[in-house]
Formats: sequence, C-alpha cells, structure tokens
Amino acid sequence: MILKLNYFGQIAQMLHKEEEVLDLPVTTIRELKSYYAEKLQTIPFSVAVNQQLAGETDQLNENDEVALLPPFAGG
Amino acid sequence: MMLSDDEKYRYSRHLLLHQVGESGQERLKAANVLVVGAGGLGCPVLLYLSAAGVGTIGIIDFDTVEISNLQRQILFTTEDVGKNKALAAKERLQALNDQIRYEVYPERLTGLNAKELFGQYDLIVDGSDNFTTRYLVNDACVQTGKPFIHGAIFTFEGQFAVFNYQNGPTYRCLFPEIPDQGAIPNCAEVGVLGVLPGIIGMHQANETLKLLLGVGKPLSGKLMVFDALSGTQRTIHLQRNEEQVKVALGIDLKQHADELNCAQGKEKDEIDIEELRVLLTREPLQLVDVREPWEQPRIESLQALTIPLDDLPDMLDRLDPSKKTVVFCQHGGRSLVAIELLKQEGFKNLVNLTGGIVNWK
Repeated sequence: MILKLNYFGQIAQMLHKEEEVLDLPVTTIRELKSYYAEKLQTIPFSVAVNQQLAGETDQLNENDEVALLPPFAGG
Repeated sequence: MMLSDDEKYRYSRHLLLHQVGESGQERLKAANVLVVGAGGLGCPVLLYLSAAGVGTIGIIDFDTVEISNLQRQILFTTEDVGKNKALAAKERLQALNDQIRYEVYPERLTGLNAKELFGQYDLIVDGSDNFTTRYLVNDACVQTGKPFIHGAIFTFEGQFAVFNYQNGPTYRCLFPEIPDQGAIPNCAEVGVLGVLPGIIGMHQANETLKLLLGVGKPLSGKLMVFDALSGTQRTIHLQRNEEQVKVALGIDLKQHADELNCAQGKEKDEIDIEELRVLLTREPLQLVDVREPWEQPRIESLQALTIPLDDLPDMLDRLDPSKKTVVFCQHGGRSLVAIELLKQEGFKNLVNLTGGIVNWK
C-alpha cells in the first residue's frame, strides 16, 4: 500500500529523513507499528492518519498521510 | 476582584481589547496557576503570565540554575548560577510585577505532594523535562479534575496542547505508554535550539490566558507540532480515550513517589560525568567505551576497554561480570543499547553515562 509518511523528533533523526513515500506491506495501524518497531527499537510512538490520531485496529487506505509521533521529554 | 488605578494603567493595553477589558483583567487577577518546572518552557510561561497579571502564580522546581541553562532559560542571569530555580525565578518576576502573589516550592513534584498542590490551583502548566513528571502531572490533573497546558521539546521540534479540559483528551490518550528510561533523550543529551522552548512556552502562556479569560478556542482535542527548522506547524486531532482516563484515575500516585525514590535511593543505573568523577574516587570500576576507536576525546586516564557497539556481542569475554561496569559512548545513546545487550547476556551492576563522554574535560 502506498503511504505518505511523516517522521518527527527522534524518529526523523534515526531514519535521517522527515518524510517519504513508501509502498508498505501493511493494512492496519497494528501492522504498521510492528513494521516500524523493528527499525525504531525502543522508541515509542503514536500514529496519526490524515491528521487524526489512529487506533491499533484502524485500517489504512491507499495514499494515506501517516505521521509517526514520538513523545518529547524536554522542557 | 477590583483593579486599582495602578493596575488599570499597567494593564491598559489589555483593557482596550474587548476580549479582555476590565472584567477579563479582573478574572486574571483572581486566577491561580501552577507552573511545573522553571526551565526552558517555564521561564517564558512565567514571564508572560506575570506580565499579564495572573494574580497568583505557583512555581515548583527542585533544580538549581546551571550556566548551561542560560542559553534558553531567560529568567536567570549568570549571578543566579547555583540558586534554586523556583526561588531565583520569583526574585526576577517580582521585579517585573510586584502585584502578583508568588507561591514558591523549591522541591520536587512527587506523587506525595502533587494532588494537594494541584487542588489549590485553577490550572497547571507542564514545563517539566522528564516522563516521570509528565505522567505524574497528567494523572494528578485527571484525579483532581484540573486542565493542564502541555508543552514538550526535542532539538528543533515542539509539541503543545491543552489536556483534560472539559472532558477532552488527556496526555495518556495520545501516549498511553510511559517510555522506557533512556528511550527518548532529553535536552541535556541531544541539545536544543535556545529559542525553541521560548516559542513553545509562549504558546503555553497563550493557551493559559485563553482558558482563564474564556476567549477564543482552547487547543483541546488537538496536538500542535511545531518545527523550527521549516517554520511549519501541524495539527493532529485527538480524541478522548476513556480507557486511558481510567488508567490515570486508577493509578496510585504514591507509586509514582516510590518510583522516584527508587531512582534516587537505590544503586543508580545512570550517572553523569560529575558523578562518574566522584565514583572513580570511591570504588573500582570497569569502564567500557562502546565508541569507534577514532571518536574523540579519548581519555587515557580512564583506562577504559574500547569495544565498539557492533563488536560487543563477540567480545563479551573481555568483560569481568563481577565488577561494577560503567558503559559510555559519545552522547549516551549507544551505551544504553550496549547495556540492554549486556543485561540480556546476564550482566548485572551496569551503569550508563548519560550525556556521554563528549564533555569530559
């Protein structure tokens, strides 16, 4: 499925990019999260689809804009 | 709460705004706001809430001013180095506006004091710099029914939102899990552009004033994500997750206190450079440098074993498992990965050097 991905904070730092378009073998948020969990190891993150926070069981659609949001600690 | 003539003059630019006016300014004067943390975010929040005439402002911070804070913590001067931040902040803020009542708590926010403290305020501004405190602020606000203004930063990026406002989403609705210690670095570990907490803190001050005045649309149900490098801001829409609200309601805040006590009392599993210096004089240590051999500075006097992270799995026999082991790298990230690996291999008594060796002098 073609997805437009946006990375933030430490995720962008780790992947050395802020956005990319990828064809990923995933159809749900849960699958997307496990796909990225391998790359991102211990970095926790939430997922927003088309600027809306998404739940684990939500379905992805072709060309969705997907944001991977880690929490920030700093103050 | 009536305004004096002095106050009418001081706040005259507010009084001209029909969204504020005399009644709005009186509301600000009657308001109580608690600011958690007088750091990068807390400083601009405190300055603008004080200037705006918020009647009672609480400041809680156990930390002391360091010279490396002054790059962004704009309340403090070089002379304040070594002073408690809450006390130093009050001194500076009183000079700005002596009409404000400041309640100063030069102590750590814990599960033991959070609820009683929050109960005395209309709303809380979270300017803390660690996840233990952030989740404590969330849970104590949910339990006391207080809205809070969230702000958090990472290098050039910031997040801000209004949480727990009129049955709106909470911080746990956005991030249900408390991140593992060390999973997300703080400003001391990865750096931060000095102006960034200023920008995010001022958004927090803006949201605070909007809530107190009852004007505009509060940033509830939305997370704003700001990127200083591109100058762009995105909105993520959030929804309340009743399960996560229940989690916050069900948490025994005293457990938060225990966690903090543990972190302070028991054998520390992370130290900074200054603590390392002290430790070196006190007990024999096995030091492991997981950087590549070309990375500088090399500190010969430490007599550290150099085992680059990638080689570590094959070179475990070079380590003595009976010794207390301090693992370090350049900034404290790879050493954490190394420690996880060593733990899995059964090593104990492992200590991470947070912030890395890069600042060794």
